[in-house]
Amino acid sequence: MRLTLRIWRQKDRNDPGGLQTYQLDDANEHMSFLEMLDVLNQHLIEKGDEPVAFEHDCREGICGACSLVINGVAHGPLSKTTVCQLHMRFFHEGQTITIEPWRAKGFPVLRDLIVDRSSFDRIMQAGGFIDVRTGAAPDANAIPIAKPTSDLAMDAAECIGCGACVAACPNGSAMLFVAAKASHLNLLPQGLPEKARRARAMVKQMEAEGFGSCTNFAECEAQCPKGISINFIAKLNRDFMKASLFPQGGGGKREA
Amino acid sequence: MKLDAKVPSGPLADKWTTYQDHLKLVSVKNKRKFSVIVVGTGLAGASAAASLSEMGYKVKAFCYQDSARRAHSIAAQGGINASKNYPNDGDSDFRLYYDTIKGGDFRSREANVYRLAQVSSNIIDQCVAQGVPFAREYGGLLANRSFGGALVSRTFYARGQTGQQLLLGAYSALMKEVGRGGVELHSRVDMQDLVVVDGKARGIVTRDMVTGEIKTWAADAVLLCTGGYVNVFYLSTNAKGCNATAAWRAHRRGAGFANPCYTQIHPTCIPQSGDYQSKLTLMSESLRNDGRIWVPKKQGETRAAVDIPENERDYYLERIYPAYGNLAPRDISSRAAKRMCDEGRGVGPTGRGVYLDFAEAINNFGEDVIRDRYGNLFEMYERITGEDPYKVPMRIYPAPHYSMGGLWVDYNLMSTIDGLFVLGEANFSDHGANRLGASALMQGLADGYFVIPYTLSAYLATVDQKAVSESDAEFKDTAQEVKSRIDGLLKVNGSRSVDSFHRELGNILIDKCGMSRSEEGLKEAIGKIGQLREQFHQDVRVLGEGTNLNQELEKAARVSDFFELGELMCYDALERRESCGAHLREEFQTEEGEAVRNDAEFAHAAVWEFTGDVSKPQLNKEPLTFETVKLATRSYK
Repeated sequence: MRLTLRIWRQKDRNDPGGLQTYQLDDANEHMSFLEMLDVLNQHLIEKGDEPVAFEHDCREGICGACSLVINGVAHGPLSKTTVCQLHMRFFHEGQTITIEPWRAKGFPVLRDLIVDRSSFDRIMQAGGFIDVRTGAAPDANAIPIAKPTSDLAMDAAECIGCGACVAACPNGSAMLFVAAKASHLNLLPQGLPEKARRARAMVKQMEAEGFGSCTNFAECEAQCPKGISINFIAKLNRDFMKASLFPQGGGGKREA
Repeated sequence: MKLDAKVPSGPLADKWTTYQDHLKLVSVKNKRKFSVIVVGTGLAGASAAASLSEMGYKVKAFCYQDSARRAHSIAAQGGINASKNYPNDGDSDFRLYYDTIKGGDFRSREANVYRLAQVSSNIIDQCVAQGVPFAREYGGLLANRSFGGALVSRTFYARGQTGQQLLLGAYSALMKEVGRGGVELHSRVDMQDLVVVDGKARGIVTRDMVTGEIKTWAADAVLLCTGGYVNVFYLSTNAKGCNATAAWRAHRRGAGFANPCYTQIHPTCIPQSGDYQSKLTLMSESLRNDGRIWVPKKQGETRAAVDIPENERDYYLERIYPAYGNLAPRDISSRAAKRMCDEGRGVGPTGRGVYLDFAEAINNFGEDVIRDRYGNLFEMYERITGEDPYKVPMRIYPAPHYSMGGLWVDYNLMSTIDGLFVLGEANFSDHGANRLGASALMQGLADGYFVIPYTLSAYLATVDQKAVSESDAEFKDTAQEVKSRIDGLLKVNGSRSVDSFHRELGNILIDKCGMSRSEEGLKEAIGKIGQLREQFHQDVRVLGEGTNLNQELEKAARVSDFFELGELMCYDALERRESCGAHLREEFQTEEGEAVRNDAEFAHAAVWEFTGDVSKPQLNKEPLTFETVKLATRSYK
């Protein structure tokens, strides 16, 4: 496979950066997209050029490290697929492929295709947990949870925290991520005592990190590699509204 | 090197509880005077850091990933074992312990394994309380399934992503503590060395992966929770960033390295497709619950799987191991697959593959049930191979997956360096020569949630050590050594990329120190690795600078340590003149290719000491004694 690659190169946070074009003649359809980039990088190293920096780790679609916008779409053309699981058989001979980093105010570029997503961690620190100490748990079967409820919580919990939702959103909103994380816990009986506090604290931190607001484009759902539903955004809005209207309702003092 | 396992006296089942009752404690108000460094934020590291912070210790946690949530525990698919006996099929702490010790081919430390089984149930309780959405039955209670090497259903799971869900649980506890101010978390920071003061671990040297800054950190104890080392093979199921540097650097500073040759080759991975391959993808072993493994009876079969009639298929695991069948332990299943392929009956374009067939299960239970159980795994398989496993059998082949070997630790999880504790896959203690499925998650969380909070407290309560700071000479000197090492790699400016060296090292190791080993092959490998290591230091090309984000430099530093570890694996495999678990020496096997153990000479952990010369490691032995079990030939027939 012969490909023309237009890749975002940026030395560091302060460099303005720009797209550079590379020709690659020895890709093949069985390679993953990242393996194709590996091959390009080996050629660059041979020529004495610095290889393209991109984030990746498990290459199994679960760690959420890989984060490329391919031809304008987060994680590329195949739905419900991370870049690391995307194979070159979904591209064609002679194709021009544009590869860019996630672009959002909440995700500053560190180098080339790598962005800083520590804002997600800070949102989690604000409320993405159940406050239980090690050793203080009752028997695991003490509280039965209806299978449909548990399955729905699991649907939300499938979020891998990659940030594609933010990259896909015209507003740079992180609502799908925050909604998935908050809903996973808010749906479970173990998460109920802190439901209101959690909704308020996570939304507040999201706004502080410079992410935009949700205006229901639903691009996030379309580009989410795990197919997280925007229904969870509706749920978070509801939880947040309820927490704001009834601050005493299971959430203690108003914090937002 | 003194190896005192410090196993408490008393009957096996009472050791841990009696020991806990008498351990020294640190008072509530004194806890905040102690600082602890935790390296790695996978299951072991995140659970340890969160638990220790909850107790009141000042914790500094480090990970090389951009977020603690991405540590490689996240990729575990199948499940986590616990002796809850919810299904009422006769499980107990003893049975879980016995299966684990037998699965490890009687090469693990009895007391540690029993403790692991004892705390396994607490782990499930803890995870459920954190909101881990384990699979449930319609009645609302937790579901279980069976897994390789066990005759009971004791595995808890969350779709095919149990690791992610457990790690998110531990990570959320960690985030809670970071938010509260108990843990200072440093991500994108890579540990480069250990600082030892007066024979005790007192700190680490790190490299900031964005700015390149080399920094030192002082503490009262250091916990390594840095995972395993099978990326030494280049192609493995590990994440690309998994590396042995933290453990190896600790080894060079005096920590004994135990059983490095025990590396697990997992039977169910997607076969390699080409030379560009960057990693191998695991398909959860849970698939073997419903999938049947077979190869054609005929050599050089060319028909498609679906065109091969039933009577021309060899369901070889069911044939050779009728009791366990497709659920035979990993080492046994992997070697059987290799033998089938060596006989010329492998399938797929490379001939290195066997079928994992779901036709019968789909026929029996319906496609919906199978989709509910394994939907995401089937999708993943189709994405990677372009084949639909609902219609044609999967092709699988073994791949390096887990390292049972690791830094030697005593019962308290402390290494041969005082104050250096090692948790999870990075230590050697619980899985012997082979790990059973769904036991890695169990061990990581057992160590972090339920063992280290006790044993570390006892250490801190009794240790007599002076205050240290980052401005002390030991810290400055170690940081200087790290700087020189990094500058050295940048200065070579040779002709070959880091990856090309790593691939070559991996090829030598998988060929000579992989699924089967021989004296001749290992000696050859040692020679080749030594030469390649020399070449690496003279001819590697690392472009760019050390003062910014430089992924080639990160890799180069790791590969340079893999060379030394790879050589040690070969010395260990050579020295162990028996076959046990995942370690098969061709000279010691039955005619059918089953392992022949030699308990009289090798019922010990081989603990290697760094002598200053990589090629002259010193061997020490911890004898393994068994009070409760009789050392039996491991049979799954």
